[in-house]
Amino acid sequence: MRWIGLGVAGLAAVGVLLNFSGIGSAPAKAYVPPEAAMPRITADQYRTIIGSVFGRAIDLGGRFEPDMRLDGLLTVGASSVSVTAAGMEQYDAMADAIAEQVVMKVANRDIMLPCEPASAAAADDACARQFLGAVGDLLYRRKLTEEELQGYVDAAASAAGTLDDFYAGVAMSLSVMLSSPDFLFRIPELEPDPDRSGGYRLDAWSKASRLSFFLWNTAPDRQLLQAAESGELNTRKGLARQVDRMMESPLLEQGVRAFFSDMLHFDKFETLSKDTTIFPELSNREMADAREQTLRTLVDQLLTRKGDYRDVFTTKETFLTPSLASIYAVPLPYDGPNGGVEPWERFEFPADDPRAGILTHISFTALHSPAGRSSPTDRGKALREIMMCQTVPPPPPDVEFSIVQDTDDPLNKTVRERLLAHSTAPSCAGCHKIMDPMGLALENFDGAGEYRLVENGVPIDTSGELDGIHFTDPVGLGEAVRNNPAVPACLVQRVAAYAFGQAPQAGQQPLIRKLQSDFARSGYRLPDLMKEIALSPEFYWAAEPSTTEPAAAKPATLTASAQ
Amino acid sequence: MRSKINRRDVLKGTFYGAAVSVGLPMLDCFLNTNGTALAATGQPLPSVFGSWFQYLGFNPGRWVPDRLGPDYTNNIELAMFNRYKHRMNVISGANYFLDGRPVETHRTGVQIAMLGGIPTGRESGPSLDSDIADVIGTRSRFRTIDVTGTGGQQSVSKRAGAAYNPAEPSPMALYQRIFGPDFQDPNAAEFSPSLKVMAKQSVLSQVTEQRQKLARHVGATDRARLDAYFTSVREIEKQLAIQNQKPAPLPACVVPPRLGEEATPGAEVGVVERNIDLFGSLIAHALACGQTRVFNVAMNTQGCHKAGSTNGWHAYTHEEPIDEELGYQREVTWFILWANNLFADFIHKLESMPEGDGSVLDRTFILWQTDHGYARTHTMDNVSIMTVGNGGGIFRTGQHISLAGDPAARAGLTVQQGFRVPVSSWGTLSNTANRPITDMLA
Repeated sequence: MRWIGLGVAGLAAVGVLLNFSGIGSAPAKAYVPPEAAMPRITADQYRTIIGSVFGRAIDLGGRFEPDMRLDGLLTVGASSVSVTAAGMEQYDAMADAIAEQVVMKVANRDIMLPCEPASAAAADDACARQFLGAVGDLLYRRKLTEEELQGYVDAAASAAGTLDDFYAGVAMSLSVMLSSPDFLFRIPELEPDPDRSGGYRLDAWSKASRLSFFLWNTAPDRQLLQAAESGELNTRKGLARQVDRMMESPLLEQGVRAFFSDMLHFDKFETLSKDTTIFPELSNREMADAREQTLRTLVDQLLTRKGDYRDVFTTKETFLTPSLASIYAVPLPYDGPNGGVEPWERFEFPADDPRAGILTHISFTALHSPAGRSSPTDRGKALREIMMCQTVPPPPPDVEFSIVQDTDDPLNKTVRERLLAHSTAPSCAGCHKIMDPMGLALENFDGAGEYRLVENGVPIDTSGELDGIHFTDPVGLGEAVRNNPAVPACLVQRVAAYAFGQAPQAGQQPLIRKLQSDFARSGYRLPDLMKEIALSPEFYWAAEPSTTEPAAAKPATLTASAQ
Repeated sequence: MRSKINRRDVLKGTFYGAAVSVGLPMLDCFLNTNGTALAATGQPLPSVFGSWFQYLGFNPGRWVPDRLGPDYTNNIELAMFNRYKHRMNVISGANYFLDGRPVETHRTGVQIAMLGGIPTGRESGPSLDSDIADVIGTRSRFRTIDVTGTGGQQSVSKRAGAAYNPAEPSPMALYQRIFGPDFQDPNAAEFSPSLKVMAKQSVLSQVTEQRQKLARHVGATDRARLDAYFTSVREIEKQLAIQNQKPAPLPACVVPPRLGEEATPGAEVGVVERNIDLFGSLIAHALACGQTRVFNVAMNTQGCHKAGSTNGWHAYTHEEPIDEELGYQREVTWFILWANNLFADFIHKLESMPEGDGSVLDRTFILWQTDHGYARTHTMDNVSIMTVGNGGGIFRTGQHISLAGDPAARAGLTVQQGFRVPVSSWGTLSNTANRPITDMLA
């Protein structure tokens, strides 16, 4: 679904929405691949990779440069950011800390290093090579070239010589490896595509990486790297075998969680500040639980039950901890053993409960509210932008705000009344019409997501409307969202953008349209959508990179560092 | 007495001997005849550039001084700066021009103030502090120090490309970064280069050289991103090199006491006050210890609130009615005065860090900017600008200057030219400034 941005006050509500992808030209008939994205690995991916290569006990001991959100996803922003000097300092400090723990701690290195040096006080190239080679393949997500490996071995030897310590030398090399662009960026390597004359595709290593970061949100495991090395990944059957294996792996849940954490802006929880004097019940612990509640619900609905994506907006089923249950004001029977450490319980809100679907979760109502109150506008905007892939234009300059939300206004006691008064201003009405009616339906939930019936002594009216569908309460809003065609279409856009590391381009529309119709045909099953993308040849195609180098200087093959 | 000091003797003592024995108080040894602080090398201590970005501006009619020139009286919202009036400039009448582009509230103003215009794509040039840092900051340990007083990591400083420099929200972390184990005390009697640092330097340069040689078949944009990465690696190499050189003595350098409490970031006013106080102290010490020559303070206002209040500063700007009696928004004005007092306290921190016969503030210049003329209605005209300090004699102070509707970028151009950035004009489209504010240049 596409909206043309008119952005002029007073126009029909739908007229001010902009399609998120920014695609303005007519869709191409044939698929045109974009240039392959070069994402910086996200903070989450960095943690996961270090955990899987060196063990979960490794303490990173540093702070990441903030990721950047573009076109609705941090994953897309990751393809635009570089590393600043301050960020590099942090990566360097983390790399030192990791290398120190892995190599210098005796207990760890006995497990991690596959060999012992002839002397702990001198270089040992053979042992250094064995360790750095094995680790390097996993960190670089490909076979290190002989030149690269020798470079690291030489560097370890020279540092060992300076410090009279074999392990310190290896730690130095490992640290630099962890700060290298090949680790921090997913640098795509291309090769001519034998099936498309003049076309390029990702080489097998880059293909393994793209697949793995998409499905698992981490680097390829050894099996996938072996499939790349053997050429299996470049055959249709071999690819299918690997995709099937990955779809069956428990790591798929990690990938799905990462996708929804990104799509639902859950990174905001890290900086979300709620006023504890107004909402004492919502501490950092409860906010972490709120995030987890929604992720558990999504995994259960979409992966475990292979359910219809649209039902996540209406489902009464979820998971709660005792502290969440107290905010939701529901009794939570505890089935676990006394003193059990697992606080999560499956829970179903009663049929007459106003809670249904993830929009009524604290992770939505509290995340999209200011520190001390609720905001129908913020919530409506989040719904439009996050779930429907639409962009609400920023407010115009020189807006008269004085009648908005004076909470002491004796005439306009509820936020609905105050917004209504504000929306009479023509320059405001256009945008507020597309945000407020949805957000107002959630006004039963305050800034912490707690249920309430009155505001300033006046009963809250939760009636609203979404694209012509009227409803009277949050449950009705969930139904309207569920049945809005923009919602599943948006999910396809987001999953594709997440997979490719960039928002779909005009030339990719044939694939996007096919994915959307297949998604509908599958009953809106997310795993089917992910699998279809993973198996699509187009997923691995890439345009020749635009370069300032003269054409004659281009090599015949583009696989320089993979050979 | 000062003029009789034989500089050569002093230098000999500091450079070639572990201990300097002179019959004068240490600080007096490093003053020239004008009383300006000198480094042990005999050169005047270098100028410092700082930026302070305060979102949400001031109230119209309550900040523009009564008259132009040096004889102005501060308006009510700037009254807390009276004691620094001779060290400041207040600049009014500056405009941000949109050139038909929509206002992205609280974003477009930042871009025009710091980048000189609204970028047309995702890529944009560096912010003016980065340009200045490239001229004056290349020989200090940290090219810039970026902090934010209100949590998060959002800064207004960026290098070319899409990456904003992350701001440090935690005073504890900043302490560790500057005065942690890697700090070399310039006044320490003993200095021995670290073998570990030497080894790291060698490994880093060996591997980096090799990585750069490899052909990379990525598009021009991604190539630029990799180039930016390698520039950052060179910064690390430079830091390591500085770390392993004996620093020139800086008599004013005192290592601040370790922070005794976990100064966590946050946006509640009490937390912000504490953290800005700690940041001010740390930055003053960092300057006195020669750790940087450029700093940026971002005072973001998103989420900035009083404990127990349902709204924060930003929300109040839009939602609080104008008090009929007062004629302005009561809560918003409370925040404006509060933030200005924080800035005044920050200036005081620099002024309180003794250096020579003066203070660190004597060689510092701070550019204060904001995002909107009037936050309540998101206006982009008559935006307020302030400057503090003369940067060691580069700038003239003590004036109220009007730009009379000219682009605010004139201030940015003036500052860059003052710090010898080779630019004859700065900004894009209608925001282009072709002439500096000559009244500001000494």
